Parts: sequence; structure tokens; C-alpha cells
Amino acid sequence: MILSVRDLKVSFRTDDGVVRAIDGVSFDLAEGEILGVVGESGSGKTVSLLAVMGLITDPNAVIEGSIRYKGRELVGLPASELRLLRGNEIAMIFQDPMTALTPVYTIGWQIAEQIRAHQRISKAAAMKRVEELLAEVNFPNPHEAMSRYPHQLSGGMRQRAVIAMALSCSPALLVADEPTTALDVTVQAGILDLVRKLRATHNSAVVFITHDMGVVSELADRVMVMYAGRIVERGSRQDLFADSLHPYTRALLGSIPPLTGDKPHRLPAIPGSPPSLLRLPKGCAFAPRCPVRYEPCDLGKPVLGDGSHAAACFRTAQP
Amino acid sequence: MIYPILRRLAQMLFVMFGISVIVFLIFFATPGADPAARIAGRNASPEVLEAVRHSFGFDRPLYVQYALMMQKIFVTGDLTSFVNRGWKVVPAVLDSIPVTLSLVFGAAALWVVFSILIGVVAAATRDSWLDKLLMALGLLGISMPVYWVGEVMNLFSQSRYHDTWLFSWVPPLGYVNFSDDPKGWFLALVIPWITLSILYIGIYGRVLRAAIIESMQEDYIRTARAKGLSETRILLRHALRTSLIAFVTLFGLDFGALVGGSALLTEVVFGLQGIGKLTYDALQSLDLPMIMATVMYASMFVVIANAVVDFVYILLDPRVKTS
Repeated sequence: MILSVRDLKVSFRTDDGVVRAIDGVSFDLAEGEILGVVGESGSGKTVSLLAVMGLITDPNAVIEGSIRYKGRELVGLPASELRLLRGNEIAMIFQDPMTALTPVYTIGWQIAEQIRAHQRISKAAAMKRVEELLAEVNFPNPHEAMSRYPHQLSGGMRQRAVIAMALSCSPALLVADEPTTALDVTVQAGILDLVRKLRATHNSAVVFITHDMGVVSELADRVMVMYAGRIVERGSRQDLFADSLHPYTRALLGSIPPLTGDKPHRLPAIPGSPPSLLRLPKGCAFAPRCPVRYEPCDLGKPVLGDGSHAAACFRTAQP
Repeated sequence: MIYPILRRLAQMLFVMFGISVIVFLIFFATPGADPAARIAGRNASPEVLEAVRHSFGFDRPLYVQYALMMQKIFVTGDLTSFVNRGWKVVPAVLDSIPVTLSLVFGAAALWVVFSILIGVVAAATRDSWLDKLLMALGLLGISMPVYWVGEVMNLFSQSRYHDTWLFSWVPPLGYVNFSDDPKGWFLALVIPWITLSILYIGIYGRVLRAAIIESMQEDYIRTARAKGLSETRILLRHALRTSLIAFVTLFGLDFGALVGGSALLTEVVFGLQGIGKLTYDALQSLDLPMIMATVMYASMFVVIANAVVDFVYILLDPRVKTS
């Protein structure tokens, strides 16, 4: 296992009390595997991966649990040691390529900066490597692109530059936080191809955060569905799409427009909205919106089973 | 690169032409006032009035008067003050330029260095006691009027403690030419520099701290962290670098104004015959030719300072170049 997260809890102290953004998340990631993390905004998918990266800088955040990268505990690791991993062994791609690059430096400079932060190589050698990387992420004219500033590139090109930067030190683990959300559909497809190709060439494990079920079905080996800071269902892609257990997963899949058959008059939507993390229900957090709710749902929190395909639901997880 | 610079220079000339016309009209075409009487000064004899009228072309159309005025200032340089009989205005302005430039450049160097230092340290140690102390000192610096600081400095360095080891090096008030005595020039200006820069160190330190803290919230800082850069590098190469854009804007405005005569209070307190002092004295005696010349000079420097800031902008922010 390259990454092993156990009972991760992230809470934030706020004026209104402690908010638990992540509540007991556990998962494993094997080498070269692509894990899709799905959930609505605020479900904790980004926060849990920022915790893995050690990028939660809020002084009011409390991180508990265990995050092991190649067997090494990351929670409580000094910032200086974590920094050596970040960008080198664990890299991250962010949601909005428009704002993810520093506006006053060329992309070549910015990529070379990361390489030189982790490797002792000359500026010229770093620049040569940058050119190779840009070619690898399908820049039509990599040499010229190096001297471009972020504002001179389109959104898709910027995201490619960000990906090239993330790959610059051949990370063993790549965390992609909704890298396609801000891009239009054709550009999305190109980026997804790229992630797939890179998994093949670099053998990196990838955690792919998204709220797009379509992207998950194309890319992920395994899927993790999150709701209100907890994992509600986990399984292989086939399990999840063919035989989803949790009513939330089913509802998410139900709200994808069908490509064949009659066009529905209105797409089914999940009624209500996610609960405030400050006022979580005592029982299952999804219960207020759940179509198959019954008495036990209000009494205690359902626990995620142990199997490779499991859901945290009193109704559907029972054999 | 060449074309935008040329275009900017042409703009500068156009703006300065506009300023000269407006200033000219205010002084020489204000209805109900006789400019000849004002130039000639109080109790001027009819002969002097007549000479003034002829010399400035007040018996001829307005555009001829304007052309004559510009000729006197820029071409022949023989604009003469009637209030201070026969005093050549242009040499007087030219003599005061090095004084003001020495004062303002030195103070600007001090305030840039120290405000960047304070802004960066305060932003890096945000919410700590050091940050709070620096910001309180900054506020104190902003709150102290420059003439008061100057007088207190003089009180200590020229009078009360002048004979102690601390201030015995301080020369008497006044300006020393750099070409005559570089060391004397430096010593004469150290205390004026500090006095003038205190206010600006306070303002710029606070502004820079706020700008850095704001840019530390940006997405690209998170990217920089994800790259595994050190906090120092993130602060200096990414957050500070992008914050300098706001800093330079402010600097251009303040620097232009100071060179254009706003350093008046400092110049008066320390007995420096700079451009501010010159304008001030001209206003006291309603010396119209002198006011005309100093205003032209001041506007020229404000315009030049703005142009320089625009060029620095291009260097600092690549987004400006293409748009």
C-alpha cells in the first residue's frame, strides 16, 4: 500500500463551536491505482486530501488519526520533513487552473522552481526537463510555451502546465482535486486521457476528487463516496455502478441524464440539501433526505462495513 | 518594447502641455485680475507696469502671451521676478532641484528598504507580538507630524544633546553640495532623510503587510506549498513579488508629489532651499513668475514619476505588457 489512511478526523474550531469536517475516514491506495472520491461540495473530499498533503494551514484545524505514506506516519511529521515529500513524492493538481499559477512568472520558471526545490540540478538541465514535461502533457510547442506567462494560456493549457508541474519529480502519488471542473467538456476529455496515460508511464497512484459521476466511471479503479465528512460507500467501479448499496450513491447515479431510452421530463434530484456540519443529525447524516429511511436511521450512525464493497447504511448494507 | 515607451513619452509631453496651458490660464486669464499688476508687485510705478505689460505681451492675444511665457521658462530661461527685483527665476529653480532630489531620493531609499522589511516581517509573523509591535510603531510613525518630528530631531541633535557622542557629528542646518563635499552632503541629510521617511515607512509597511497577507490566501500560494517550497521562498518569491505591484503604484504617486514640492515642511524645518521652500516663499510674496515656474517643474516631475512607475509595472507584472 502506498497510502493508508486510518480513522482520519479533521475538525475546525470556529466561533459557533467545533466543526468536524472529516469524521473517521479510512482508505487504502495501492501503487498505480486510481481512486475516485465523489461527493457534493462540503462533503469533505478536498479537506481529507489536503490533510494528506499537509496543506491545511488553518491554525484552528485539528487533525487526528493516521496517514501512512509508504509506511511512514505523516500526521505530526515536522513541516520541514513533510515539505520534502510534497511536490516530490506526493503532488497535487488543483481545481482552478486560472488561479493556481503565480501570475508574474513564466510557466517554465515555475516548473523549474519545483524541480530545483527537490533535485540538485543546474538551471539549464531543469529547463531541459521542463521542455520534456511540457511535451509529455501534449503542448504543441513546448519550447515556446516555457516562456509563456499563465495569462497567455487558455484554461486547458494552464491545467496541462499544472499537471506537468505536478509530474516534474515523478511523484508516486498524485492528488487531483477536481482538475476538470473548471474546463469545458472537450478539454476535460483530453485531461482525463492525460491522467490515464501518466498512470501508465509513471505508475503513479492517483486520487481523483470529483463530483462528476461520468468522470469517475471513465477513470477510477475504485470509488469512495463521501457525505457530510464520512465515507458512505466504497467499492470497485463495477460494484458501485452496477450494484450500488447506499441510497445516496443510487440517488447520485439516478441524477445522471440517461443516454438511451425515453428522455425523462425532469431529472430526478435529491431533495433537500446537505446538513450543516454544525448541526448534524444524531443518526445517519443522510437520513433527512433519504427515501428509504426507517427508525434505526435516527438512533445511531451507521458504520461502514469491512468488505471491499461496503456501505454505511442500516437498510442496504445488511446481507 | 520600443513602441510602448515612445507612446508613453508622447503621452507625457501631451499631459505636460495640458498642465502648462491650465496653469497659464489660471494665472494670466483669470477674469477681473490684471496679471501685469500682480507680476509687478505692490506699489509698482506706472513705468514698471508698462514694462511688464510689454515684456509678457499682455497687449497681445492670449496665445502669444502663452508662447512668450513658455519661451521665457524653457528656451531663453530669462524669466525675471519683479517682486524680488531682477531675480532670475529659472536658475533659482535649477539650483533648488538638487536639494529636493537629494532629500527625496535618500528618504525614498530608506522608506522602501525599511517598509519592505517591516511589511515582510509583520506578515510572516502575523498576529504575533512582533507583528503587533511593528504595526503599532507604524501607526505611531504615521501619526507624528513631520514638522514636529523634525523640530524634535533638531532639538536633540542641534541643541540639547549636540555635544554628546551621539550627535556631535551633526553639522549645522542647511544643504551642502554633493560635488563640494560628499561626506558633508551625507551628514547634512541623514536626519532630514530619517524625518521624512518615518511617515512613509509606517504607511508602506502597513500597506505591504496587508497586501502580502491577502496574496497568501491566493490559490497560487497553495500551489507553491504543494510544490514543496520553503515558507521563506513562498513568502519572498511568490507573495511579496505579487504584492509589490500595489506598493509601486503608491510609491509613484508619493514620490512624484514629494519631488514636486510636498517635502516643503521637511525643507523648512531643516533649512534646505529646495523646490518646496521656493514655492512657499513665492506664494508668500505672490511672486507670479516664480510660482509659474515651480508649478511647471512640479507637474513635470509628477508626470515623469508616473511614467517611470508605468515602466516598472511592465517589469513587475507581465500582464500589463500584453493588454
